[in-house]
Amino acid sequence: MTGNHSTSPHTPAPAPAEKQPAGNDTKLFTIIVFSENLAGVLNSVTNVFTRRQLNIESLNVSASAYEHIHRYTITTYTDERTIRTVVKQLEKKIDVLHAQYFTNDEIFIMDQALYKIATAKLVENREISKAIRLHDGKIVEVNSTYAIISKEGLPEETLALYEKLKSFDCLLQYVSSGVVAVTKSLREPLAEFLYLREEERRAMEKPLDL
Amino acid sequence: MTQKITGAEILMKALLDEGVKTLFGYPGGAIMPVYDALYDYRDRLNHILVRHEQAAAHAAEGFARVSGQTGVCLVTSGPGATNTITGIADAMMDSTPIVVITGQVGTQMLGSDAFQECDVVDITQPITKWAYQIRSAKDVAWAVHRAFYIAGSGRPGPVVLDFAKNAQLEMAEYVHGNIDFIRSYVPVPATAKSSIIQAADMINAAKRPLVLVGQGVELGNAVDELRAFLEKAGLPAGCTIHGLSALPSDHPLNVGMLGMHGSLGSNKKTQECDLLIAVGMRFDDRITGKLETYARQAKKIHFDIDPAEINKNVEVELAVLGDCKQTLPAVTALLKEAEHTEWRESFREWDALEQQRVIEPQIHPAEGPLKMGEVVRRVSELTGDKAVMVTDVGQNQMMAARYFRFTQRRSVVTSGGMGTMGYGLPAAIGATFGAPDRTVCLFLGDGGLQMTIEELGTIMEQQSPVKIVLLNNNYLGNVRQWQQLFFRHRYSFTPMMNPDYEKIAQAYDIPVRTVTDRADLDEAIREMIGTPGPFLLQAAVMEEDNVMPMCCPGHDVDDMILTSEELSH
Ligand SMILES: Cc1ncc(C[n+]2csc(CCOP(=O)(O)OP(=O)(O)O)c2C)c(N)n1
Ligand SMILES: [Mg+2]
Repeated sequence: MTGNHSTSPHTPAPAPAEKQPAGNDTKLFTIIVFSENLAGVLNSVTNVFTRRQLNIESLNVSASAYEHIHRYTITTYTDERTIRTVVKQLEKKIDVLHAQYFTNDEIFIMDQALYKIATAKLVENREISKAIRLHDGKIVEVNSTYAIISKEGLPEETLALYEKLKSFDCLLQYVSSGVVAVTKSLREPLAEFLYLREEERRAMEKPLDL
Repeated sequence: MTQKITGAEILMKALLDEGVKTLFGYPGGAIMPVYDALYDYRDRLNHILVRHEQAAAHAAEGFARVSGQTGVCLVTSGPGATNTITGIADAMMDSTPIVVITGQVGTQMLGSDAFQECDVVDITQPITKWAYQIRSAKDVAWAVHRAFYIAGSGRPGPVVLDFAKNAQLEMAEYVHGNIDFIRSYVPVPATAKSSIIQAADMINAAKRPLVLVGQGVELGNAVDELRAFLEKAGLPAGCTIHGLSALPSDHPLNVGMLGMHGSLGSNKKTQECDLLIAVGMRFDDRITGKLETYARQAKKIHFDIDPAEINKNVEVELAVLGDCKQTLPAVTALLKEAEHTEWRESFREWDALEQQRVIEPQIHPAEGPLKMGEVVRRVSELTGDKAVMVTDVGQNQMMAARYFRFTQRRSVVTSGGMGTMGYGLPAAIGATFGAPDRTVCLFLGDGGLQMTIEELGTIMEQQSPVKIVLLNNNYLGNVRQWQQLFFRHRYSFTPMMNPDYEKIAQAYDIPVRTVTDRADLDEAIREMIGTPGPFLLQAAVMEEDNVMPMCCPGHDVDDMILTSEELSH
């Protein structure tokens, strides 16, 4: 740590080897984050990803099973080394309670998708309704202009139906909720964390500050 | 029943409960109710009026660095708040505890682009430990106590409190108290017993150990614990710039500063050691040089309070999480006494080479213009190596870090992570309030002085005893050095046209002296030290001198040049 530091001009150096967003060991990770329900946490959570040049593939924020605690489900492509640091940087945020990353075999994930298609095309091309049935899509509304199909499943499944409908040139709108996930582990790390912290608080005789 | 008072007055009481005695600030519309409350608290809260809000933040940093307490600054909304951003980012990088209180428009006007409204919380969120908007008087005490707890605990850092005007004016009760528990925030991670045992085993087995001392040792008040640790096992130790005063400069185990302009020995031996032991440092790129080849041969142990630092830049075999005040003695207890004589001797040849080729010509030049190194070294010696060293950024900073000597802890005030020019003058002002019994010596360049030169006004008003040593080379020297070395001598906008600094000092009523001749140097320094209050000593130093040795960017850390000629090939 010397010189005039980061602000000095410098000779063009080769890009650091560790930053290879599309390298070989890149895979999809799901990160589950729990935070206190305070203003501004969402920003500070997404900021950790932006700084590390990680693209958030999907982001879902909702209430958790615990009062005043929010749950974030985030997916991103990266390598294990980067995601390990990211999770620690997330946990470092004052209002974040717990953060953990998972690969797809460690969690049960679900995505919800809606597809709006043109009724005229649906009537015209029988392959479309066949494809919807084949992909387990549900037609939830039809009128003379459009039909709405709903499907839940793994992200690759909702995506497959999207690709299919797109190939029929009938798609007016498509939206996916982004994945939500629950872990398959037998342990509940957040519950353990809250329990431990509560024990510590009692032992220290501290008032509760959320 | 407690009486209701304004949110602004609650702030005063909460600050007093947090032990605050000094704050640095600048008033304005959206913070006026607070300044009005402050008027009645002037006897208990010493408010220093700076001349620019950036300086308030840097002064709070300087105050915190030498005192170990949290620095406080108070500014208005909009431009007042944005002017503090550089200081906040600087404090974040260098783990300096400060609380910045910014005024904000009333909540009913938020989001309407009201006069001097600015989304300070969102701007500062990525550069703070915590940023919070106080929207009601009921929130004030909670937010202030939480802010101080967060800023000062664990790995310290800056906190911003954005104080809406209506919350300053509303009435609420103040209940005395503080906060030292937040459920979601674990300031000191638990230490695994096994990590202590394993660390001791690794150190006991090492033949060529090298310790890297960072600011964490100072922040953790573990200077004595570090010494006992090093001395028991005979562990040579290099220091980061922020770690320089965590170990006396002349301690036999101190092998000098690490990194780009560090000592030859410490950098050479980084690539030869068999065990690297990092304590409270974060493997900044200015320390490691080329990361891919950094200390490849060595096993590594990382002592840190911040789990996010482990394996961030350098992968280590073992992490010892926790507070080094506890972890160091726990490991020390398990260490076998050792000397590592041969290994320590092996640093000597490099020390001798550096002494002869770099240090002697810098601190004892026989002829020619004054050199930065000799000025720094004489100031250090004539203050008994006991002063606080404050620096700005550039060659002046590196020369100060290389040639100042330390015997006292908490003696380094510098912008390490951000390299913020303009930091020096206001940080030195803050340091005089944080360590009123110590001599505060500031080394800065002609570029950096002009970045916050308005603070001479604060010095004049406060009579702050800052011993300002201006190392004037008429260049943005550090950039010029890089241009010389890496951009074929093309001095693009680095020559500096300077004003008459003597006249400037005189206008501010600050005693001043310029020294050009080596023969006058000692006497000039003595005059500076002997003059009560502030003093500006301008040293006309060699214009095109370079900081050496140097590990050039992109090179291995042991690949250092001793002179610029070596690069000419
Ligand atoms: C705010 C800011 N702007 C620009 C820089 C880039 N920079 C680093 S060192 C330096 C030159 C400093 O010149 P001076 O203050 O005269 O110090 P010297 O190197 O000559 O000792 C510059 C421009 C910086 N570090 N900070
Ligand atoms: Mg200069």
